[in-house]
Amino acid sequence: MAKRVKCIVLSGNGTNCEMEMAYACKLGGADEVDIVHISELIYGLRRLDSYHFLNLPGGFLDGDDLGAAKAGANRIKYARVKDTSERLYDQLLKFIKQGKLILGICNGFQLMVKAGLLPGFNRDFETQTVTLTYNDSGRFEDRWVCLKINPNSPCIFTKGMERVYLPVRHGEGKFIPRDEKILKRLHEDGLVVVQYSDEHFQQPTMTYPLNPNGSVDAIAGICDESGRLFGMMPHPEAYLYYTNHPRWTRERLPEEGEGILFFRNAITYIRETLL
Amino acid sequence: MPLRIEVGFRPHIRDALGEKIKRRIVEDFKFHVTGVKTIYVYTIDAHLTPGEIQLIAKGPLSDPIIQAYSIDQPLAQNFDWVIEVGLKPGVTDNVGRTAKEAIEQLLNRELEKGEGVYTSVQYVISGNLTKEQATYIAEGLLGNPLIHRFNICNKSSWNKEKGMGVSVPKVRIDEKPEVAYINLNVDDVNLMKISRERLLALDLGEMKAIKGYFNDPEVIEKRKKVGLKGGPTDVELEALAQTWSEHCKHKIFNGIIHYTDETGKTMIVDSLFDTYIKGATEEIRKAKGKSDFCLSVFKDNAGVIKFNEHWSLAFKVETHNAPSALDPYGGALTGIVGVNRDPFGTGLGAKLIFNVDTFCFANPFYDKPIPASILHPKRIFEGVREGVEHGGNKSGIPTLNGSIVFDDRYLGRPLVYCGTCGLIPAHIQGRPSHIKQARPNDLIVMVGGRIGKDGIHGATFSSQALHEESPTAAVQIGDPITQRKMTDFLLVARDLGLYNSITDNGAGGLSSSVGEMALDTGGFELHLEKAPLKYSGLHPWEILLSESQERMTLAVDPKNIDTFLSLAERMGVEASVLGRFTDTGKFHVLYKGEIVAYVDMDFLHHGLPKKEMVAKWQKKVYPEPNLKPPSDLTSILYAMLSRLNICSKESVIRQYDHEVQGGSVVKPLVGIQNDGPSDAAVLRPLLDSWEGIVVSSGICPKYSDIDTYHMMACAIDEAVRNAIAVGGNIDHMAGLDNFCWCDPIQSHDNPDGQYKLAQLVRANQALYTYTRAYGIPCISGKDSMKNDYRMGDTKISIPPTVLFSLIGKIEDVRRTITMDAKEPADLVYILGTTYNEMGGSEYYAHHGFVGNNVPRVRAIDAKRLYQSLSQAIYQGLVASCHDCSDGGLAVALAETSFAGGLGMEIDLRSVPTVDISQNDILLFSESQSRFIVTIKPELKREFEDVMAGNVFAEIGRVTSDETFRITGLEGDTIIKASIYELKERWKKPLMGL
Repeated sequence: MAKRVKCIVLSGNGTNCEMEMAYACKLGGADEVDIVHISELIYGLRRLDSYHFLNLPGGFLDGDDLGAAKAGANRIKYARVKDTSERLYDQLLKFIKQGKLILGICNGFQLMVKAGLLPGFNRDFETQTVTLTYNDSGRFEDRWVCLKINPNSPCIFTKGMERVYLPVRHGEGKFIPRDEKILKRLHEDGLVVVQYSDEHFQQPTMTYPLNPNGSVDAIAGICDESGRLFGMMPHPEAYLYYTNHPRWTRERLPEEGEGILFFRNAITYIRETLL
Repeated sequence: MPLRIEVGFRPHIRDALGEKIKRRIVEDFKFHVTGVKTIYVYTIDAHLTPGEIQLIAKGPLSDPIIQAYSIDQPLAQNFDWVIEVGLKPGVTDNVGRTAKEAIEQLLNRELEKGEGVYTSVQYVISGNLTKEQATYIAEGLLGNPLIHRFNICNKSSWNKEKGMGVSVPKVRIDEKPEVAYINLNVDDVNLMKISRERLLALDLGEMKAIKGYFNDPEVIEKRKKVGLKGGPTDVELEALAQTWSEHCKHKIFNGIIHYTDETGKTMIVDSLFDTYIKGATEEIRKAKGKSDFCLSVFKDNAGVIKFNEHWSLAFKVETHNAPSALDPYGGALTGIVGVNRDPFGTGLGAKLIFNVDTFCFANPFYDKPIPASILHPKRIFEGVREGVEHGGNKSGIPTLNGSIVFDDRYLGRPLVYCGTCGLIPAHIQGRPSHIKQARPNDLIVMVGGRIGKDGIHGATFSSQALHEESPTAAVQIGDPITQRKMTDFLLVARDLGLYNSITDNGAGGLSSSVGEMALDTGGFELHLEKAPLKYSGLHPWEILLSESQERMTLAVDPKNIDTFLSLAERMGVEASVLGRFTDTGKFHVLYKGEIVAYVDMDFLHHGLPKKEMVAKWQKKVYPEPNLKPPSDLTSILYAMLSRLNICSKESVIRQYDHEVQGGSVVKPLVGIQNDGPSDAAVLRPLLDSWEGIVVSSGICPKYSDIDTYHMMACAIDEAVRNAIAVGGNIDHMAGLDNFCWCDPIQSHDNPDGQYKLAQLVRANQALYTYTRAYGIPCISGKDSMKNDYRMGDTKISIPPTVLFSLIGKIEDVRRTITMDAKEPADLVYILGTTYNEMGGSEYYAHHGFVGNNVPRVRAIDAKRLYQSLSQAIYQGLVASCHDCSDGGLAVALAETSFAGGLGMEIDLRSVPTVDISQNDILLFSESQSRFIVTIKPELKREFEDVMAGNVFAEIGRVTSDETFRITGLEGDTIIKASIYELKERWKKPLMGL
């Protein structure tokens, strides 16, 4: 196999951000990016094994009808590859075992959390320990937020980053851990990667609308202990060019949007480690 | 045995929905309620083992971190009242459908036929309420008696073991499907009785034309040959009524009008549409010559224009007014996912790239008694807002632009305009993609949702005023996810070239979609029993006419059908072959082998007699207020900023995703704190190109009371200047006209019909004049003609309303600008002349007057100004640009200032005016074609050179402090206010909605 970084963006049943997420992978340096409808995996037309980096895009899986990404998590866990006994989830677990990368944004993050992929304590990727639920405001909201990044987290995607400004666009983004013990461990292990912060990107905040949903400890995104599995509510793929920034007509900004950094970090890591 | 699974939040988890409901009960109804909790109820009617039931409850139906569940036993505790709200049988239950699919995934088997999952929500209320109050909450806030069933229980009647008990809202129809023959050989009175009783909405002339056709000896002979005896079947009559409905045939826009103007001069207009709308577009396209960018106008589901060599744009705006009046949420949701299918069903099918929406409501804080059968405007506001939110956000289509207009005459009929634009590759498999054509022998394939009784008679219903017997079957609920799966599949099929034509099933269902597509071939043969149904028991005519949502009709070459169907199966989409297209000239429908309709296509599509109507224009004169100059203009400015038509719509805008798909450039909210009111939106549909699209709109029903001619002119001008303000170019813009009128046909119940029709004529004349003056072709449009509410003696008619939507090409989005002031010391200019044009203004409305001096659009001056300003923006000379509209100069200046977080000093003595000597008139006159512009001081000369030849003036500067200051005509300070105070007044009124 030639040394090429291959990304898959999983689509279907209500994903919405696959196009821009695929484009972000490309801008981040990927050699190949495929938007793959989940039915292609279920019908065995493609396999996760062929890729290094799985992207789970934002959207409304199954309309979020049973709670955000609940029905989606149910599908990804119980779907079988047609005419075989192989669970799609087994492919996914193997993918993780091979040291490959998964990024879930917004609905993709909700999917990861509800399937049990994050935080994945003790490499148990099947048990849910945290959740994302209705914003305290009771509303879906589209607004840009200031995010402080934890420099001590093992997260591959945020390496070298201290802060980032991105939009959230969700109605169910409030992060809640099962209990204090889980929360404590998330902090101790450095798995809290991104937090909603004040305008100066200094302090995590519980103040609305800086913290747009009332997330516990202002948590906006977490990773697993390997740092290779990462999910967050804000949308990096929505900030690929300076013209995406809400104030680009009044601020001096570099042409490249900050959202690309997450993808570049991932692809650099793959190039250095997996190829 | 059916069973119930209840799911509720654990005690320490915040119940945001419950809190919201509680707030509404306390604030809106003033009832004493101390707490509301929500419980989700799944009623499962299926054979399951106890183990499976546990798995289901624990798995997909509840979240183990925050929720608890119970099986066949109530969760509700410590309450005063429980209200359970579920859907009536047959109403689309999206959550139930998803739950069923999740259960099937989990169990790795399909549920039996007829088994299903039904959902409801329980509201557990603490508070001292009477039974009447609880019922009022149920019907007035939690649900809608048209589509919901309620179960209300207080703590004393509560069964602790069983709670509400299990009930399954399954559809049961006892009738047997049958076809009836209808005898039309009756007198005129009875003909009309048939039309009325069957909700055909056909007038006597039309009924007689149908009667004549079925009595034609040649027709009788041909029918005999295929074994049909006698008159029309109910299938035929219903299909004719649908095809000939106002909704589908636009009889008023296509009829003959005898118009008399105020001088008594008469003229005959043979089709408003052909003469003024299509006529203008044809002239404009001719004048544009080689630079004509129109590809397909007025013939497909959406208008198509060129974007660049490789891509085209399809744009359509629709209204969904009548259903939104009955059920705001379902009506608006169906409106948005319905209009999505228009560009999706245009040419060979477009990928959807943005939505727009404009609403017209009565005051949400209306506190007078509400007439019978009308929902409170606040409920309409919230329901419509939420319906569009779910439709747009869940479909992954950004909502870019829109507005909300308030006038209490929208009490009986809110207007809900929803629009969608799609992007199509210019060529697909070597074929020009804006052209579609079914061929004889192509198969008729229906894709997407199943057919039920929902939405039957939508086309004829929307062509009637709302009255006491309005059918509740007209209410339906859209299903964005079923539609999303379908569009995902069809875009793949499109790129593989698997079909020849595509159209949506909207009003009129299969009858309309197949009937219209068959115009390509000259006939079709359709087998109704092959159509997949939601439940059995539908009559053949109901299958043909049903408006069940999320369905497309396609023409598929038989050689592609296997590939097509297996792709559909893999992507989880239902597709069914229902028949084939023919060249027999017949609308030929069968049910279980028996012919149920056999009508000549030619009669169906061309047999409708032209309507003849009379229009008489008379200018109305209103009292002039002659207001004294107010002593405190600062307070007046505060009051103006808080007016519903001027204040911020941020709460609504934020609840719509305006950034999905990644191309957002100019957002609806801009400025230093991302909360200033953008004039228009700009997006980049292709992520690897700087080319963009500008989207804007204009709507000014307030001027209709004075003269609809100027209302129309102002709406066009508003849309154009909004697009110009962000950097649009008038040479590459296309328009869409959406007329919403009150009944313009004179009758006993409608004594001023001739006046209203004259208003319609005048609006069309203005559209003809101004689109040609600006060189902006209309590419598509729609009309909705009977927006009246009638109940007993009460009649409420909407003001004649036109939404003019605009789409334009931007060569380089990096050159676009926003409306917020940018830097201290920047110079402030006004472009355009301010006249004494207070008629219909917000300022007059604030004082309770209409007036007479309605704003006029001086198109030649305006166009020159727009071209110069575009040039200045393109050259990077303009820091900010904001148009003057509702509330005039004062409001535009204040918005520019506070959106930029900077103060301003303005001197009114420098403003170019005609015939104005009073500060308040200068500040609040709504003269058209004006802008507030700020520029860097060092660009002054260059800017003025580019603008030379236009009326414009430097009127002040941006300041670094936070004070907004205006010097009046006498040289004294007439307004002095903190920009934060101004912004607060502007943001507050609708923040809670």
